Amino acid sequence: MTDAPRARPLSPFTGIWRWHVTMATSIAHRVTGCAIYGGGLILAAWAVCLASGPEAYAAFQAVIGSPLGLLAMFALTFSTFFHLAKGVQHLIWDLGFGYRPQTASLGAVVCIAFAIAATLAIWAIAFMTGAL
Amino acid sequence: MASYRTPLGRARGLGAAKHGVGEWISERVTAVALVPLVLWGVFAVLRLAGADYAGAVAWLTASPLNPTLMVLLVVVSFLHMHGGMRVVIEDYIEKTLSRTGLLLLNLFVCALAGTLAVFSILKVALGGAL
Repeated sequence: MTDAPRARPLSPFTGIWRWHVTMATSIAHRVTGCAIYGGGLILAAWAVCLASGPEAYAAFQAVIGSPLGLLAMFALTFSTFFHLAKGVQHLIWDLGFGYRPQTASLGAVVCIAFAIAATLAIWAIAFMTGAL
Repeated sequence: MASYRTPLGRARGLGAAKHGVGEWISERVTAVALVPLVLWGVFAVLRLAGADYAGAVAWLTASPLNPTLMVLLVVVSFLHMHGGMRVVIEDYIEKTLSRTGLLLLNLFVCALAGTLAVFSILKVALGGAL
């Protein structure tokens, strides 16, 4: 039993792959998750500013209402809806459904479409209700 | 030589994180809870975006429902955020020192920001802000 250890077989992930919608949405799920980590911290900042009084709250609203703040909120809206939809697809996968390639790809496309539609809808509502 | 270790004993502690099924389940349970909570949160933000300080305080003090759901949104979100960022760090950071440092930072940031948020919401909701 003095054989040298055999080279372990490697998964052929480095040579044989192409961009696919399930792959792109899987990466986007992680990226949007990291983005809304920042969103959670903004939520905490909202609560702290509200509890600190009118001046602090006005300052918070000024930051969020600035062009850069609104851009960040728009990106966070998209990230939240995408992460939500993709998270639901992951939960469906965890239940053991939706693994056929066509179903998985369709689900990924639905996640992107839902995120775009929901983001535009929410910002349209914000415009119409005068929240902006 | 025959090994007396069971397959489970050999498998335990392997993998990038050295442990995991509890965290895996926790990430799914918080995900399920966050589906309705985040949808409610989006409409809460829409509502708050059009309000000033007095409007925001009134929204939070009007009934027990809004502060309760807000506290739940914060607590469940921060649990989910901590678990998710932990997996990202464990996957990509190999050096023990940076990895441990970032894992601690992730835990402390989530614990501090989460506690600040919950305390602040309760302070306003219980009438301390007006």
